Amino acid sequence: MSSLSRDEVARVAGLARIDLSPEEVDRLVGELQVIVDSVARVSEVATPDVPATSHPLPMTNVFRDDVPEQPLSQADALAGAPATEDGKFLVPQILGEE
Amino acid sequence: MSVELVDYDEAVSRFDPVIGIEVHVELGTRTKMFDAAPQTFGAEPNTAVTPVSLGLPGALPVVNGTAVEYAIRIGLALNCRIAETCRFARKNYFYPDVPKNFQTSQYDEPIAFDGWIDVELEDGTVFRVDIERAHMEEDAGKNTHVGGSTGRIQGADHSLVDYNRAGIPLVEIVTRPITGAGERAPEVARAYVQTLRDIFRALEVSEARMERGNVRADVNVSLRPTPESPLGTRTETKNVNSFRSVERAVRYEIGRQAAVLDEGRAVTQETRHWHEDTGITTAGRIKSDAEDYRYFPEPDLVPVAPSREWVEAIRAALPELPAERRRRLQGEWGYSDPEMRDVINAGAVELIESTVAAGSSPAAARKWWMGELARTAKTQDVELAELAITPVQIGQLQQLVDAGRINDKLARQVLEGVLAGEGDPEQVVVARGLEVVSDDGPLLEAIDAALAAQPDIAEKIRSGNLGPVGAIIGSVMKATRGQADAGRVRELVLERVQG
Repeated sequence: MSSLSRDEVARVAGLARIDLSPEEVDRLVGELQVIVDSVARVSEVATPDVPATSHPLPMTNVFRDDVPEQPLSQADALAGAPATEDGKFLVPQILGEE
Repeated sequence: MSVELVDYDEAVSRFDPVIGIEVHVELGTRTKMFDAAPQTFGAEPNTAVTPVSLGLPGALPVVNGTAVEYAIRIGLALNCRIAETCRFARKNYFYPDVPKNFQTSQYDEPIAFDGWIDVELEDGTVFRVDIERAHMEEDAGKNTHVGGSTGRIQGADHSLVDYNRAGIPLVEIVTRPITGAGERAPEVARAYVQTLRDIFRALEVSEARMERGNVRADVNVSLRPTPESPLGTRTETKNVNSFRSVERAVRYEIGRQAAVLDEGRAVTQETRHWHEDTGITTAGRIKSDAEDYRYFPEPDLVPVAPSREWVEAIRAALPELPAERRRRLQGEWGYSDPEMRDVINAGAVELIESTVAAGSSPAAARKWWMGELARTAKTQDVELAELAITPVQIGQLQQLVDAGRINDKLARQVLEGVLAGEGDPEQVVVARGLEVVSDDGPLLEAIDAALAAQPDIAEKIRSGNLGPVGAIIGSVMKATRGQADAGRVRELVLERVQG
């Protein structure tokens, strides 16, 4: 049974852009460990002939016809934006590329 | 930053290049992948969006059935197996052009996998490329970087985002590592992308316009000392958006990586950016491990399970693919392999097909498009299809020749007139008075004048020396401004002199 480290939790939090205090990391290591252990128990019980379930609904092929509907107006589309310019969403400087 | 490259021939003589290509194609559906926002190109920013394309809380995606059908078409055309069941997954990352903070894609269960496609190089060599998978996903929005000197991301104060493109259906096609191409790797890369573009168009799943970004390629390149060595570390050059650039980018990376390896350094596994203007690649971000995307099954979309009946119905309705079509047309037209290759490389297949449909023989159609018109296009520095003349007009022109109303020489003048915007061939013939003189009267007048003007030649002919007949014919053609039928003139000259 695998055990979670503080580093793993901090790394995943970083990937998800969640700012955790050291205390929160400690608490989550414990809570997430319970989940990891539970999943591991399920895996022990499941035999290879039990297919993994990714969707609880017994449905497939829910499709929409390719027919356009009225989109939002530009004003409505931008209504929730903290800042806009020229009909576009204004976002802070993007770092980390190039 | 300028880098000392190893000369290309030198690089490929000491290293074995391996490439891999990811091609994204935007599907030409009317609506987006997961919502009914219309697909538009060039619309005002943020006017083709719904709560789903904006990733607003509570918005629920629903799969576009037509997009699934198009993806299956592509899979079948690439000789893939079509999944009995497959699902969507969330690829999580933060970037302003992805409004949901994840891209809805497919991960471990692509809709199509294990295919191949034969790619024909310009000299006719056929190279088989194995396809690992083709999966469905959605496009991102478009960022514009504001401030800074170049409109690039460095030095920008802020960025503006237009989500009109966000959610447009994409199919991403991933090759297996392409080995064995050796020094021809850049050519294979180009021909592969070109082949896919032609297939997308034939399948009518996309307009596949490179210049609009409908088709985008990411090219992976690595080097190894010999074909027996394990694969080297690869780089991925993103968003190479023309056929020529695909070839150049692969070539550049081969020279650059050879230089890095020669210095005893290791190639860094990274994303690189292609610069069209300077023809070089520069380092981007260090390639993320797949696990950093924290893929997991998309809970808001149920699996796609195309029935075998549906797949077979789609297969049965597939149009003739470009390679098959070219083989069929070559047979019908009776062109030799080199002739057909020239026609393909000149982009003249459709033009000749339409010209033949308009009443020309295949041989004549080829003669026009690959001769006079190819020269004109070269002079004007345009593609054949961009010339101010249509296949129908060429068909009409050839019919005038076949009917004996104009000869080849006149036909060239008619062509000139059509290209100059003087109307259809018939109109040019009438307006310029170019019809062949079929009435013997004016011809005889011209012949008599020519014989009288050159009595010594007339005497020779009279004495049975037919050599100089050409000179008389020439004079007559000149006098009639080329509108005489040379064969008929010859007959008349002989009758006149000997008769």
